[in-house]
Amino acid sequence: MPAAPVASPTPIQARFASLAAQGRCALMPFLVAGDPSLEVTGASLLALQGAGADLIELGIPYSDPLADGPVIQAAAGRALAAGTTPGGVLDLLTRLRGQLTTPVVLFTYSNPLLNRGMERFCQEAAAAGAAGLVVPDLPLEEAEKLSAIAAGHGLDLVLLVAPTTPPERMARIHAASRGFTYLVSVTGVTGVRAALENRVEPLLQALRQQDGPPVAVGFGISGPEQARQVRGWGADGAIVGSALVKVMAAAHAAGDDVAAAAGAFCTTLRQGLDRP
Amino acid sequence: MTATVPPAKVPPAASPDPATLAPAVRPDPLGRFGPYGGQYVPETLMPALAELEAAAAEAWADPAFSERLNHLLRTYVGRPSPLYEAERLTEHYRRAEGGPRIWLKREDLNHTGAHKINNALGQALLALRMGKRRIIAETGAGQHGVATATVCARFGLDCVIYMGAEDMRRQALNVFRMRLLGARVQPVTAGTATLKDATSEAIRDWVTNVETTHYILGSVAGPHPYPMLVRDFHACIGLEAKQQCHEAFGRLPDVLVACVGGGSNAMGLFHPFVEDTAVRLIGVEAAGEGVASGRHAATITEGRVGVLHGAMSLLLQDDDGQVQEAHSISAGLDYPGVGPEHSYLKGIGRAEYAAVTDAEALEALQQLCRLEGIIPALETAHAFAWLETLCPTLAPGTEVVVNLSGRGDKDVNTVADRLGGALGG
Repeated sequence: MPAAPVASPTPIQARFASLAAQGRCALMPFLVAGDPSLEVTGASLLALQGAGADLIELGIPYSDPLADGPVIQAAAGRALAAGTTPGGVLDLLTRLRGQLTTPVVLFTYSNPLLNRGMERFCQEAAAAGAAGLVVPDLPLEEAEKLSAIAAGHGLDLVLLVAPTTPPERMARIHAASRGFTYLVSVTGVTGVRAALENRVEPLLQALRQQDGPPVAVGFGISGPEQARQVRGWGADGAIVGSALVKVMAAAHAAGDDVAAAAGAFCTTLRQGLDRP
Repeated sequence: MTATVPPAKVPPAASPDPATLAPAVRPDPLGRFGPYGGQYVPETLMPALAELEAAAAEAWADPAFSERLNHLLRTYVGRPSPLYEAERLTEHYRRAEGGPRIWLKREDLNHTGAHKINNALGQALLALRMGKRRIIAETGAGQHGVATATVCARFGLDCVIYMGAEDMRRQALNVFRMRLLGARVQPVTAGTATLKDATSEAIRDWVTNVETTHYILGSVAGPHPYPMLVRDFHACIGLEAKQQCHEAFGRLPDVLVACVGGGSNAMGLFHPFVEDTAVRLIGVEAAGEGVASGRHAATITEGRVGVLHGAMSLLLQDDDGQVQEAHSISAGLDYPGVGPEHSYLKGIGRAEYAAVTDAEALEALQQLCRLEGIIPALETAHAFAWLETLCPTLAPGTEVVVNLSGRGDKDVNTVADRLGGALGG
C-alpha cells in the first residue's frame, strides 16, 4: 500500500491479501438489494457466500441510476416498487451479522447517500457490517471528503476508472482509491456484453505498474469465460453484475428458488475463474 | 428598512454581498455556484466534460467563433428579438394612481418559436469545432428537441432526440417536426416516461458513445460546464434587453420575470443583470395542481438539496433521496430538478421565486391571447400568471420585462382539451 501506514488491514484489504497469497482472482458478484424482496436478497447473499464469492457488491436501489443499463435499471425499479429503502438494506445487513462474513461493498448513487448525510451514512453502514462503498456518480473531485469520512468508520471508498480516463488522471484515482480500484471495462453503462473491449488489458497493465490497491474489473463481464479472460489479463478481481441479476430475475419469474439460482450461477463463475 | 421607498426600488430583502455576484464565482473554477453545481457523473464522462469546457473557453476566445455565431443568430434565428411594449396588458394592471409598464422580450419570434435555438445553435458550432458529428439531446415539450433537430439539419449532423413516451403523446406535433427535420426520436419508457427519464437516457447514450458524440443539453442544468455554457449561449436575451430598455426608456428595468423549469430562459435574461442589484429578478415555477397537492414541479419553492443529472441543486425528492415525479400541465416545466445557479441566486437572496398553478397559467395564457394577440407557450404563461400577484404591489412607473420565452402553437391541443366546452360558443 502506498498510502499512510495502516495499523490493521480493512476487511477488503485482508481479503485481497489472502487471495494474492493463494494466487487467486477475487470473485465479486453484484446484486440489487430488494429485488424481488429483502428476504430473498438475504438468502441470496448467504448463497453467494456459500458458492465461493470473495466479496459481494450490494446495490442500494435508486430512482435514477445513470450508470446502469436496462437489466439493473429494471431490478432497481422492482426493488423500489417493493418498498426497499436504504435503511431497510442496512437493517438486512445488520440482521445477517455473524452469518455473512464475506466483505460487502455497498453500491449507492450520490443522492441517497448525501440525503442521509455522509457522516450518518458511513456510520450506519459500518455499524451494519459493510466493508466499503462504491459511488458510481461521485468522481475524484467530489470523493475526497467522503473518502476521509468513510475511512474514519473503517470503510474503504472504492473509486472507479474508465477506458476514457487519461493516464495522469488514472494514476491519481488509483492512488486515492481504497480497498481496490474498480476498472470499468467498457465505455458505457452496466450490462451483459458479448465481448470485452481489447483496451482493458493495456489499462490493467498500466494500473498495475502504478502505486495503488488491487484492481477489479467490472461492467460487462457476463460469464465464467470473460471472468477467466480478465484474470488472464492480470486483474485481481472480477465483478459480475447484470448477468447475475438476469439469472435471479429469470428464476423469480419462473417461480424457482432465487437464492439457489444465484448460488448455482456463482458456482459456475467460481469454477471458471479457478480453472487453471 | 424605510417604508416610504416605493416597492420597486427596494432591493431584495437580504442584499447580497457583491463578491457573491461576480461572474468569476458563477461558477467558481471547480464548476460550483456556492454549494451547488459540480460534476456528479460516471467517470467515463469526466474527460468529455473537461474537453467541452476547454473547447468552449477556446471558442469564446476566438473572434471568428463569436462572429459566426452572431451572424447566424442574426440571419438564421432572427435576432435581436424585439422588446415589445404590451400596452393593453399594462392598461389591464393600471390602478387609479397608475401602475407598472409591461414589456415583453419576444423570444417567441425566434426561428423554431422559442429561446431554445440560441443554445442549440451555439452548442452545434462547438460540436463542429470538437469534430463530433453525432448529436444527442433530451426534450420535454419538444422545443429543445426541435431546436436541436433544426441546427443538426442546418449543419448536416446526425441527430438522436430522447423523449419520454408520455411527452411524445402530449407533444405529437413536435415529434413530427423533429422527424421532418431528419432527427431520430427515441421514446423513453423507463421511470415516469417524461423529461427526467429522457435526460437520464441521453446521459447513458453519452456514456456509451462519448468519443464520437456531443450531448446538447437543453437547460442550465447537468454537470459543469453545462449550466454555464447554456446560460452563456442564452445571455444574448438579457444583453439585448438591457440595451433595448435603455433605448426605450433610458434606464435599467426594475423587474424581470421569467418562467423556470430547468431555468434556461430565466438565466439567459437574468445573467447580464445579476450585478445590477436594483433590478429584481423573479422566476416563476409550475405549482401544477397546487403545491399543497404534492402534484407540482415547484423545485425551488419545495425542494431540498440533492444531486440529479450530474449537479447538486434543489430537488424534489422523498425522505430516502429517491427523486420524485414532477407534475405540470406544461411538459417543459415538468422536471423535478432546477439549474444550480437558480438555487444559488435564491440562496444568496439575489433572485426571488414564486409558483403558479396549471389553472392560473391557463388563465394567463387566455388573457395574453385576448389582450395582446399573442398565444404564449404554456411554460411562458406561468410567468404571465405571476403578474396577477406582482403588479398590484408595484409602484406606478415601474418598468417590468417579462420573457416571452416561446409561442404556444404546440400547446393548442392541450389547452383545448383542458378548456373543453369553455371555448365553444
